[in-house]
Formats: sequence, structure tokens, C-alpha cells
Amino acid sequence: MNQRNYTKLWWRNCLAIIGLSVFPLLFVTIALYTLFDGIYTDKVTESLKRTAENRRDAIDLFFNERVAQLYTIANTNTFATLTEETFLKTIFEVMHTKSNSFMDIGVIDDEGNHRAYVGPYYSMLKEVNYKNEAWFSATKANGIYISDIFMGFRKVPHFIIAVMVREKNTSWILRVTINLKNIYDILQNDLVGEGSDAFIVNLNNALMTQPRIGGNYLEKPKYPDFSSTSTTNATRRVFEGQDSFYASTKISSTKWVVVIKEDPDEILLPFQTGKYWMMFFTIFGLAIIVIGAILFTNGLINRIRKTDQEDASKSDMLVQANKMIALSKMAAGIAHEVNNPLASIAEVAGWMKDLLAEEDIAANKNFAELDESVDKIEQQVARARKIIHNLLGFARRMEPAKEKININALLDETTGFLDNGARYMNINIEKHYAEDVPIITSDLSQIQQVVLNLLNNAIDAIDHDGTVTVSTRYHEKTGEVEISVADTGKGIPESNLSKIFDPFFTTKEVGKGTGLGLSISYTIIEKLGGRISVESKEGEGTVFTILLPKN
Amino acid sequence: MDTLRVLIVDDEDDFRETIVKRLKVRKVLAEGVASGIDALKVLETQDFDVIVLDVKMPKMDGIETLRHIKKLKPEIEVIMLTGHASVEFGIKGMQLGAFDYVMKPAPLNELLDTINQAYNKKRGLPH
Repeated sequence: MNQRNYTKLWWRNCLAIIGLSVFPLLFVTIALYTLFDGIYTDKVTESLKRTAENRRDAIDLFFNERVAQLYTIANTNTFATLTEETFLKTIFEVMHTKSNSFMDIGVIDDEGNHRAYVGPYYSMLKEVNYKNEAWFSATKANGIYISDIFMGFRKVPHFIIAVMVREKNTSWILRVTINLKNIYDILQNDLVGEGSDAFIVNLNNALMTQPRIGGNYLEKPKYPDFSSTSTTNATRRVFEGQDSFYASTKISSTKWVVVIKEDPDEILLPFQTGKYWMMFFTIFGLAIIVIGAILFTNGLINRIRKTDQEDASKSDMLVQANKMIALSKMAAGIAHEVNNPLASIAEVAGWMKDLLAEEDIAANKNFAELDESVDKIEQQVARARKIIHNLLGFARRMEPAKEKININALLDETTGFLDNGARYMNINIEKHYAEDVPIITSDLSQIQQVVLNLLNNAIDAIDHDGTVTVSTRYHEKTGEVEISVADTGKGIPESNLSKIFDPFFTTKEVGKGTGLGLSISYTIIEKLGGRISVESKEGEGTVFTILLPKN
Repeated sequence: MDTLRVLIVDDEDDFRETIVKRLKVRKVLAEGVASGIDALKVLETQDFDVIVLDVKMPKMDGIETLRHIKKLKPEIEVIMLTGHASVEFGIKGMQLGAFDYVMKPAPLNELLDTINQAYNKKRGLPH
């Protein structure tokens, strides 16, 4: 049988399991990630749009309210009363008590002359004429005008709301400057993130408010150009190396564009956290898969290895059994063929003895020699006879007896035969019996013959000073009783282990062993439905193990 | 006392002839034949007390010969001579009416003992 490459098999199986499991896991992870990414980005941009629109509406409302306030004042007072600067101051103070939205207030006549002014730039603005200013003509044309940020005469960025009033056949303008801080506050309200920002640009992409990161009024912002925004929209854009979300929307009352900027790292933080969790679970899942695959493969390969070993030992046993059958046939044949001439030799020798006894040749000088020679022939015949007896014991097809046997008691009795001899050689016979060994049905004398043989071998292997351990065990699963005989003898070389049960195999001196003991034992145990096996390590000892079925 | 008459039936010449000689020395009237067929022939003209019959012989084996002997002369006691490999033939012979079986190569004394026991049986003596 070819030896399997278990390492290769291990890797193949392990990688197959990992591959098959990892692919779907990664697929699902990537799919979920993409899906969540899309959904979350949508949600973020939606929310950004809403924020932008909320700001826009708040600013719109702010302007509408200011305009309405101004309109009311202008139309409930006459040019004459409002140009009274003490009166105008009173009105301004009333306006100022409820809100600090206004920086100053002024009345300009039809010719552009600043007729009355209340505010911090009194000396600078009192005498100016606005006739040539853009806002002046725009107000005259539209009636109501909200300016962009501009420098004006005061040379300070500001913006104004102006209302034109027609009175009799002339007209005049009431104009206020709006506190920039109000717009800034509305815009920056609730911007919590460190990378968040909000600002307003006019149609020329000039800043109408100061962004957080800096940039002055009327300058170009350090952000992309959103001045052409018409409807609300949100995008993610990389501008000057910075990746950001932007939402922009147009304020209807001023044609300004509100821009909200968010840092993706902050706004996507929950998603990032989710991403890390996802990554963690994926890695965790991968680890589980790898560990699982390794454990599973280990189990599988061990099982295959065990099965292979069992197969191998089964096939070894089959080979051994076949060898035994062939050998026993041959042994029987040889025994029979040798038996007849042996019988003749025995008889002839006997006849010679008869003759020697009968004739009075005791006086013959060769008598002693002859007599001794015939004796030797008879001795050798007896020896050959014994060999044949053993050989046939090995070969004989016997019907084993069926009797109830207490294995532990049998071992006690059998070791008892050898106790004296063993003690004389300083060999200790130790017994380790399991108490749950059941009574088995088998052939007592044959088991005893085998055990006796194993014990004799064990004692021979030790020669002197050592321990023979006889133990029993019950394998409940297979219903087998195990008898093992272990010695601390010289052990059997590995090259001899496979031949140990072959007939005539012996390592004992010529004439001391027939080499049949273990082969007979093997045949007996096999006939009884059991198994006998050997394990040995040179220099450490040998263990023979017999497994006998309970029935 | 009558002389014990024994017929040895065995195809091994050396074995048979030597046994016959050794039995004769021991005052047994022994004769030998080499086959079952010869044995039956001899029985037509001669009487024997005990027949020692080898189970393994060419042409007609011991068991076959035994059946004929028991048919022809049931009073003659037969001892089967078997090898180790053929003990079951000895047992079978006993089932067919043989007195006993002896395994080859048996010491002569053992064989003679068995022959005497068979002879005693034939004469109605304790055996």
C-alpha cells in the first residue's frame, strides 16, 4: 500500500475549508460594507443639506424681519421727523433694545445727501453724498435693497438694508447697517465638529461672512466655488488635498449662497466605528475559520491515519494468516512423510537392541559402543518424534473446546507452575489483573499452553534478574479480554519481529528450541477467535498481547 | 496357553518386517502383509487374534480394510496404527469397532501392551 502524504493532504484539506469559508465571508463583508457606505453617505449628505437649508431659512427669516421692521419705521414716520436726529436716535435706541442687529441708521434724501445719522461713524458719514453709490441707485430702482458686503465710505466691511419711501412728489431712503455678528451667529450656530465650517459667498464667490478657518470679507474662500449654486445640493469633494462634505443652498432674499462644510472623519465617525467593528468581526470570523479548519483537519487526518493503520495491520494480519495456512499444510505434509521413515528407524533400532540383548556379545570389545550407538539412535528418534509432535500440534486442525474460564484464575495457576524456577533465577513475576475481566468461553488448556509458552519465553529472554509482568484488561467496547505478558529481557531486534510467529523461527541455540512455540501459540489463539501481537524494544523488553473474545 | 497370533498390516516394509521380527522374539506369532487386500486374502486361510492396521496405505486404506475385516471376522480385535496427522482416523476406526489406536512411531512396549489388552478382551478377560 502506498504511504499517503498526510502533510499534503492536511494542507489541501485545510486550505480548501479555509478557501470555501473565507470567500463567502469576505464577499458578505465587502457587500455589506459597500451597502452601508452608500446608505450612510446618503444619510450624511441629506442631513448636511437639511442643515444648510435650515441656516438659509434662518437667515432669510432674519432679513425678512429686518426689512419688515425697517419698512414699518419708514412708513410710519415722515422724512421731516426722521431727519430730526434726536428722534432718529430715540427710534434707533428702541430698535436696539430688542435686538442688536443694527449697527447704525441713516436717512438719505432724494439727492443722495445723508440727512440724518445715528451710529458710530457719525463724523465720517454725516456729510457724505451717496448719489453715486451702487446701492443708492439699486434702492431707488427696487424700493427695498439688501446689499452685499462692501467697504463704503467708512472703509469697513459691512452691509446694509435700505428702504425707499415716497412722500408727496419726492422720495427718501431709510438705511440701516446690519451687525455682521448676527449673520455669523446664525451660520455658525451648533457647528460642533472641529472640522466643521459654514460661510456665505455672493454671486462672485466673495466671502460675505468669515469662515472659521480664516479668510476675510470679500476675499475668495479657501473652499471650492459654490457661488453658482441654484438648488440645494451636497457633495463630497477633495479640495487642496482636503477631503470634505459640502452642502450649499441659495438664500432667496440676498442671492447669497450658504455653504456648510463637514470633515468626513467626524461626520462619518459612527460609520468608521461600525467599519472597525465589521473589520474586527471579519478578522474574528477568519480566525475562527482558520482555527476550526485546523482542528477539523487535524481530526480528519488523524482519523484517516488511524484507518490506514488499521487497514495496514489488517492486511498484515491477512498476509500472516495466509502464510500460516500455507505453512501448516506444508508442516503437516513434512511431518507425515518424515514420520514413516522415523517409525522404521525406531523399530530397526529397537530390533538391534533386541538382538544385542539376545546374543551373548557382551564380551565383544565393541559391545559397549554398539549399545551406546543404538541408544543414541533411539534418543534422536525420540527427539525427532517430539519435533513432529509439536509440528503437528501447530498444523493440526483442532476443534477448540468451549468451557467457562476465569482468566485471572487461569493466569494464577499458570504462573504458579513457573514460580519456583523464576525465583531461582531472581525473576519476579508481577500480576496486574483487572477486576472487571468477565468469565469467557474458550479452551482452557489451549490458552494455558499459550500463556505457559509466553511465560517460558519471557523467562528465557530475561535469563536472570528481572521482572515478568502479567496483566489483564477488559475492553468493554469490543468485548475482548486482553492478556499481556511483558518482560524486562533483551528484547527482539526489529528485523526479527515480523518473523517471530513463523514456524521454525528461533534464535535459541540449536537443539534448545524448535521454533514452533510461538507459531503454535499464534495458531491456537487464531482458532479461538483471538489475536496475538508483539511489541519489543531491544534492550528494554518485550510485550506479548493476547486479545480473546468473550464468547 | 494359546499363542497370541498377530497380523501386522503396513506398507512400510522395513517397519513391518522389523516389528514382526521383534514380536516373534517376544513369543508372539506375528505375520506381516503389505496391504489391506493382502490382509483380507490371508484372513481367508488363517486366523488371527489381533490385527495391527496402518491407516494410511495405498489402494485400500486402513478404514476400508477395517470395515471388511469386521464384516468377515468380527471377533478379531483390530488396533489402528496412525501418524500424528491422522489421529482422527484412529478415532474413526474405534467408532467402526477397532479396539484402540496407537500413534507411530510408538515404542514397541506400548504397542505390545495394547495388543495384549486387545487379546484379553477377545478372550473375555479383563483388559
